[in-house]
Amino acid sequence: MSEPLLVLDDVHVHYGVIEAVRGIDLTVGRGEIVTLIGGNGAGKTTTLRAISRIHGPSAGSIRFEGSELTRLRSDQVVDLGIIQVPEGRHIFPSMTVAENLEMGAFSRRRVARRRLAEDLEEVYGLFPVLAERRKQLGGTLSGGEQQMLAMGRALMAKPRLLMLDEPSMGLAPQIVQRVFEVITRINQAGTPILLIEQNAQMALNAAHRGYVIESGAIVLEDEARALLDDDQVRKAYLGEE
Amino acid sequence: MHCNAALIAPTFVTGLILGFIYALIALGYTMVYGVLKLINFAHDAVFATGGILVFYAFGQWFGIVQPLSGVSLVVLMAASLVIGALASAGSAFLLERVAYRPLRRRQGARLSYLITAIGASFFADYLYQQNFLLGPGKREFPNYFNVSKAFTVFGSVVQNVDVLIVVLAIACLIALDQFITRTRSGRAIRALSEDQVAAQLMGINNDRVITTTFVVGGLFAGIAGVLYAIKFGFVVWNMGFVPGIKAFTAAVLGGIGNIRGALLGGILLGLIENMSAVCVGAEWKDTVAFSVLVLVLILRPTGILGEGIKG
Repeated sequence: MSEPLLVLDDVHVHYGVIEAVRGIDLTVGRGEIVTLIGGNGAGKTTTLRAISRIHGPSAGSIRFEGSELTRLRSDQVVDLGIIQVPEGRHIFPSMTVAENLEMGAFSRRRVARRRLAEDLEEVYGLFPVLAERRKQLGGTLSGGEQQMLAMGRALMAKPRLLMLDEPSMGLAPQIVQRVFEVITRINQAGTPILLIEQNAQMALNAAHRGYVIESGAIVLEDEARALLDDDQVRKAYLGEE
Repeated sequence: MHCNAALIAPTFVTGLILGFIYALIALGYTMVYGVLKLINFAHDAVFATGGILVFYAFGQWFGIVQPLSGVSLVVLMAASLVIGALASAGSAFLLERVAYRPLRRRQGARLSYLITAIGASFFADYLYQQNFLLGPGKREFPNYFNVSKAFTVFGSVVQNVDVLIVVLAIACLIALDQFITRTRSGRAIRALSEDQVAAQLMGINNDRVITTTFVVGGLFAGIAGVLYAIKFGFVVWNMGFVPGIKAFTAAVLGGIGNIRGALLGGILLGLIENMSAVCVGAEWKDTVAFSVLVLVLILRPTGILGEGIKG
């Protein structure tokens, strides 16, 4: 059997002398939604930043379709099709919605204008609110709209693996619902997803498999449904007694 | 305060011309600040390098001593602008590689960059001051371009070189505007200046964009350096110091990181300092210019147009 799409093998990440991630093993298979859940400061964002080569890792191996990511720069990771929607969205505030989306396609060199226009229409189809606001500056959008813009911008890169960091953060429940519907649709269209969430309920409902991270180490991994039923998970992350 | 009425119009013209030169230099400060949040205090040396290299190329090596005209003047003028622009761009490239990139690799503190920048500026200046280069005195710039009166507006003389300065500065600003909005590298510069993490996640190679930014800023500084040397007829080892710090003031005045701000700030500063020379006294010119800097930093630190690289 061939290796899964993404493989993290004993990954460690340091910030100075502090070890934020301590030997993580994690895989994402083709077509899967995999979620990494855990509390604040558990090392979720740090893990994603290591995969994107924004920071770290200090030891271990990260492979994507046989390429060793730890030897690449962040822009080369993007070139492979590993696209991250970061925590806090990081919209370009003084670019319009349309310009933000076009920046998303930056890694696709020499893409024809017509293709770009078609892809833009596709994103507008997925997020009609972005179409209404296409000439508005990114910085003036609401939190929910910014999240949709960040996801649309990532889709413009034609991701082969989409990584989402806390897409539900700070959003109203009905917006969260909408965001997760779109995540499921993107996955059904064939894009594998690595989803990081504090909202364990939503994440596990959407995902196929899940990992639980605590203090920089994986403490549980299973089918998402099994994790939803797990006593430990229910107590720690689903707020049940 | 009593302004000498006869001098108002000519001084206005002088201020405007100098303002365009400040604007050209300020572009480099403002673009580098946009992407790195760093004031490149060695940019004054980058500016000087263009003028100084053309001084060597045409004055020393080719030994051009006659004013030229016609086709040969146009060719030589174009060549000197290209050589000056490339020399300054090259020095900016080198500066980024030698002085700043190693600090970025080690995630140096903000203060380290500032000290390095000032150090690099002094290094270049005192290198040019050595006897095997320019030496301590002013050196006459090759006079292939015969600076003379072009026309008169409101009783003030406008020289042919002034016309050249205004036309080239405007052309440079239009070119830069197109570069930022229309090209892939330009969009990358804009993205990096708005959000470094997001830029990286779009697949932008930050190092490459930073290099491009230094080089583009250097090109404009080089053009400014050559024009400055032609207008005043000399080069000198520390010729970058005063225009450099004035251009920095102009960049802050217009809104550091803001390209249109560089133009606005340059022109305003050129006018303010030169009008003050007429109305307050020539010896107050620099005091007034730097008081503007202090006032802007106190009252409106983001400058007139605010921060951020925009098309």
